[in-house]
Amino acid sequence: MSIEMGMTRRLALAAGLGAMTAAAPAFAQGEIKLGAVLSVTGPASFLGDPEKRTLEMEVEALNAKGGLLGRKIRLIVYDDAGDANAARTFATRLLEEDKVTAMIGGSTTGTTLAMVPAFEDAQVPFISLAGAIQIVQPVRKWVFKTPHTDTMACEKIFEDMKKRGTTKIGMISGTDGFGKSMRDQCVGVAGKYGIEVLHEESYGPRDTDMTPQLTNIKNKAGVQAVINPGFGQGPAIVTRNYRQLGITVPLYQSHGVASKQFIDLAGPAAEGARLPAAALLVASKLPDSDPQKKVVTQYTEDYTKKTGQPVSTFGGHAYDGFHIWKEAVERAKTDNAARVRDEIEKTKGYVGTGGVVNMSPTDHMGLDLSAFRMLEIRNGDWTLVN
Amino acid sequence: MPELLQFAFSGLTVGAVYALVALGFTLIYNASDVVNFAQGEFVMLGGMITVFLHLAGLPLPIAAVAAILITVLVGLALYAFAIDLARGSGAVQIIIITIGASIFLRGVAQVVFDKRFHALPAWFGSDPIRIGGAAILPQSLVVLAGAALIVALIFLMIDRTILGRAILATATNRLAARLVGIPVRRIVALSFALSAAIGAVAGLLVTPITLTSYDVGTLMALKGFAAAMLGGMGSAPGAIVGGVLLGLAESFGAGLISSKYKDAIAFLIILFTLFVRPQGLFGKRVTERV
Repeated sequence: MSIEMGMTRRLALAAGLGAMTAAAPAFAQGEIKLGAVLSVTGPASFLGDPEKRTLEMEVEALNAKGGLLGRKIRLIVYDDAGDANAARTFATRLLEEDKVTAMIGGSTTGTTLAMVPAFEDAQVPFISLAGAIQIVQPVRKWVFKTPHTDTMACEKIFEDMKKRGTTKIGMISGTDGFGKSMRDQCVGVAGKYGIEVLHEESYGPRDTDMTPQLTNIKNKAGVQAVINPGFGQGPAIVTRNYRQLGITVPLYQSHGVASKQFIDLAGPAAEGARLPAAALLVASKLPDSDPQKKVVTQYTEDYTKKTGQPVSTFGGHAYDGFHIWKEAVERAKTDNAARVRDEIEKTKGYVGTGGVVNMSPTDHMGLDLSAFRMLEIRNGDWTLVN
Repeated sequence: MPELLQFAFSGLTVGAVYALVALGFTLIYNASDVVNFAQGEFVMLGGMITVFLHLAGLPLPIAAVAAILITVLVGLALYAFAIDLARGSGAVQIIIITIGASIFLRGVAQVVFDKRFHALPAWFGSDPIRIGGAAILPQSLVVLAGAALIVALIFLMIDRTILGRAILATATNRLAARLVGIPVRRIVALSFALSAAIGAVAGLLVTPITLTSYDVGTLMALKGFAAAMLGGMGSAPGAIVGGVLLGLAESFGAGLISSKYKDAIAFLIILFTLFVRPQGLFGKRVTERV
């Protein structure tokens, strides 16, 4: 492709759909084209924004080092603003016009599932950054994902409960998408760990007082622990109300609130709350012997230096997607879609921000429960518990 | 029985805030026939400005007073630059302007502050007080006392001062009020300032319990509006009773029936009021002559 054509395309894109291309101008022939449809703006921008920044940072770093297989990488990013229809349109565009040989993206489960048929038809590998297990179950030949699932968070919590001899629990969940989905997953796998949900309550995403619901849980005889699947400010208020009512059984929060902000909002009430979280969030707390220590520390350092923002697990998912793809291309010694797909599926022992990835023809995520660490909040900070 | 007492504490605290929002609605409605849907944003501003001034290093009491003053200025600006310019338009147009103002204020707050949730420290610590097996936060008592104080002050002012009489006169008949020399426009401006102040106080009192963010106003306005409808639009005692009843209904509904329908209760109450007693509990029946 000539430089002139590249310029025209860039102008057309900028003028047309408000879409974004990476700052890389067209290189000489032979560049490797990597596509990304992300929810950079809109309600899911907390996912898409760090993902875009991460991909751009990694591509830039790799190009500065001479690129991949001696060829420059051209990253083409489109913003679907969280809209599944827009995502599908951009997916078609990436495949038919930009002719990308791989795609990393799909910030939400909705946008991912909308794009899956396009990539399956075109036979181009697609590494999704969204949470739901439905993306890789049943296994689709061309689709992979890097984030852990809500089910795994539930399993991690149940594993911890089992260790402590807890079998009867109460649950209070948010009615937002995240809370609902995780609640369903938890109820689904509870039986496997011999755990019985004695009482269930819910609250709206904007609710400001959960004492009535928690009073009912408190009064339910036999409850040995409480799980609160939720996202945003809800879990912080639940935690405050929990202490206000003087409930003494352990409180488990979800990975949805694994951020410093939760501790700030819940204040002293957060003391003793447990939750599963990715290693990335506790990078500095990991022992040096931890296999993930190096990668999470490095990524945290690079990302905060580059963007001036704290890391999130979402950007980490994009980091993992990029490096799994990069290593697959290196092994395949070509960016040929079919060969790269086969190599992605053979990924073994990749140590990323989300855990150690071992893919197989029947597992296109490749993470196990070691992806999560069990944390307890002590003295206003995370502590690793074993 | 302790659980019933717990539901009551919870309902009273939330209800006191609804009552203050409803009172803000009532003051403006009486003075100008306008339902000000930016009322919830006053609550948001009260909380958010206090949070950010406190973060900037101001002591909490000074941050709180400054937040009230700034919110009052916003209320006056809303009147001067939006409502007053559109005087002569119908009530519906002006109500739509207030909805626009509410969206505008939310947008500005998003840019000036941020999109995250924030908390304020509780005034007297966060160790709950245990009464009869139920637990109440000291801050809930602060909210209740603050609401009671505001209500008392408003009623005293309306009952005992010339200014209050002027507000009352304007509410009763604007033309007649103007004829006897009451500066009606200034009285309406005053009602916006007062409503803004009440909203801001509600916001900063309740933030230590409920947390705040740029978009808490929408739900506050809806709940406050439901409370004002229940009590009878335009009736100050009605606003208080409506707010407290709504808070109690939500908390007992969530505790005894199902927490799934907690937010639906407010809307059921609006519908029920409109069907059964459109003038509300304390409202006067209005007959319009054709």
